[in-house]
Amino acid sequence: MTDFHNGLLAVANTKSNAENELFSALNKSGSESFLQQEIPTRKTEAWKFTSLYNFTSNEEGYGRLAETHNAAGLDGITTIPALNAQRLVFVNGQYSEELSSNESVNNVVRFSQANEAQQAIIADNLGTAIEQEKHLFAALNNATTTDGVLVHVGKNEQLKTNIQITHITTAQAKPFTVPARLLIVLETGAQATVVEHFASNNDEQNCFVNAITEAKVGANAHLNHYRLQLMQEGSIQIGGVHVDLDRDANYDSFQLGLGAKIVRNDINVNHNVGGSHCELVGVYLPQNKQLIDFHSNIEHKIANCTTNEIFRGIMADKSKAVFNGRIHIHPDAQKTLAQLSNKNLLLSNDTTINTKPELEIYADDVRCAHGATIAQLDEQARFYLRSRGISSAEADVMLSFGFINELLENLKLDAVRDLIRPILAKRFGRDEELMKHLG
Amino acid sequence: MLTIKDLKASVENKEILKGLNLDIKPGEIHAIMGPNGAGKSTLGNVLAGRDDYEVTGGSAELEGKNLLDLDPEERARLGLFLAFQYPVEIPGVSNLEFLKASVDSVRAAQGKDALDSVSFLKLARAKCKLVDLDQSFLKRGVNEGFSGGEKKRNEIMQMMLLEPKLCILDETDSGLDIDALQVVAEGVNSLRDPNRSFIIVTHYQRLLDYIVPDFVHVLANGKIVKSGGKELALELEEKGYSWLEDAAENGAG
Repeated sequence: MTDFHNGLLAVANTKSNAENELFSALNKSGSESFLQQEIPTRKTEAWKFTSLYNFTSNEEGYGRLAETHNAAGLDGITTIPALNAQRLVFVNGQYSEELSSNESVNNVVRFSQANEAQQAIIADNLGTAIEQEKHLFAALNNATTTDGVLVHVGKNEQLKTNIQITHITTAQAKPFTVPARLLIVLETGAQATVVEHFASNNDEQNCFVNAITEAKVGANAHLNHYRLQLMQEGSIQIGGVHVDLDRDANYDSFQLGLGAKIVRNDINVNHNVGGSHCELVGVYLPQNKQLIDFHSNIEHKIANCTTNEIFRGIMADKSKAVFNGRIHIHPDAQKTLAQLSNKNLLLSNDTTINTKPELEIYADDVRCAHGATIAQLDEQARFYLRSRGISSAEADVMLSFGFINELLENLKLDAVRDLIRPILAKRFGRDEELMKHLG
Repeated sequence: MLTIKDLKASVENKEILKGLNLDIKPGEIHAIMGPNGAGKSTLGNVLAGRDDYEVTGGSAELEGKNLLDLDPEERARLGLFLAFQYPVEIPGVSNLEFLKASVDSVRAAQGKDALDSVSFLKLARAKCKLVDLDQSFLKRGVNEGFSGGEKKRNEIMQMMLLEPKLCILDETDSGLDIDALQVVAEGVNSLRDPNRSFIIVTHYQRLLDYIVPDFVHVLANGKIVKSGGKELALELEEKGYSWLEDAAENGAG
């Protein structure tokens, strides 16, 4: 037990987080688990390349909630243009009625507003997809959660409206924590699209967003999940996604990370029953001195499941990225099909990428492939563009854009693509003139 | 149009072009034939400005401007076009975006305004039709998943859009079936103009049945060892290249 641990747990004891019957058991076990886990150092395998120094060394600590939740002037970064969605918006962790759309879809509700039936769903599912003893910051979230969002879609129901959950942060006098929790429960045959969206109002942030998402995808159910991390610079975001897949369930996900002071995402998907498919696509684009870390872990516990995982990153300036893709194929997981690809493009000589695909196979009748590459722009392609009159600078931008855009082309939500393309433009072009032919 | 004098070029310190001379006047079509490894593709790539090739001597001027001092994009903007032997696939960048960027760049160099998107799309669709490519190819990634023939037709379409002064076709006929060959040839013939010149680099005489050259040159061992009219191509078809290669060796020795 350290000051670091106690500091962060202090959030659980603040006034607005008064004890709630629905969460008391989870809070207690989370707290115990969190206290048992040491602060990760360079010697901790899962944190070997990601230093928490900038987080743990902060003298004031992050163990408090935000003091202000002013929604003024935040409309612009709250909306995702052209996304037809039921939107719930939180400012510095607190629900903002002003910025949220009128709650017309009763499939989505804050924990604190849940009716009896919804409370029962929360009680049955919350925390069940998470192995908190392996994930320090998920344990912390379990310890501090007293509110959150439930998305529940009933048997064979196809949710036509997209659900958007947005967390906005603004700088506070002292560093602070945003405990963010999302629980998605799809019953048998249900379908839904959920967009998680994290943004901040400027580069002067001092938040620690501890965002944990749990998804329980029922038999034959289909979840489209987007997780867009647009916070930058001063922000710290550590959390992840934990998914349980029932028979023939489909989890289709897209992750975007721009990078910040520290961004760490643990993505865990469990193929539990058979016949399920996981499509995991991710893009990370750190710049300046930002750090971003994706640790994915796919558990093939049972036969006849498939995973297709593709992550691509472009690193600029002095940024750093870490990608660790583990696929664990258990002895019973015969006929597994699993593919993992991670490609990285370095735009400067001062960037770092640590990439590690990890295939652990304990079954003998499976087909698995993995690959990781680190490259600079393709010279053949560059010459081809230039031989058509396109300047060298514009050619570089086109190729960098294409490298990521190849993944965006398959996104089902046009609005998400439209949101990302201008960001890509700024990132590589840094000059509108060079992006005028793209997007 | 194009004057090449004593051009020498190396790849990885191996000399490929060993003093090549060529003079092409406006409106002329020159075929360059020769055995594998003679330096045919090197010529096209050196003229277009590929980095991998080091020019070690000589000169190449397009309308009096020294090409060898210029970046590839500057050469393209002056009106030089190389149809690639192996067009490059660029996933994630649509063919249409690429074509517009290209045409805009070349137009800008000529002091012309960029075409608006609607006019450009109309133009690109018309050119697609001329080379028998479905319009869906405009939306796809540049050359992504195109068959060999589709890639070559895409090259010819770019040539039509850019309306260059000097077109170099680098073994555009390789790997084409007879139908695609005709489409390519028709594309080239439609662009024939008193102010436009062509260099057709080819291994076989076949393409020259459809695109009739004014001159045929044989490139062997880094030099032009024989030049003649279109009938030379037929002679080569019959006799092969070895008699000329031997002559080149002897001449060099």
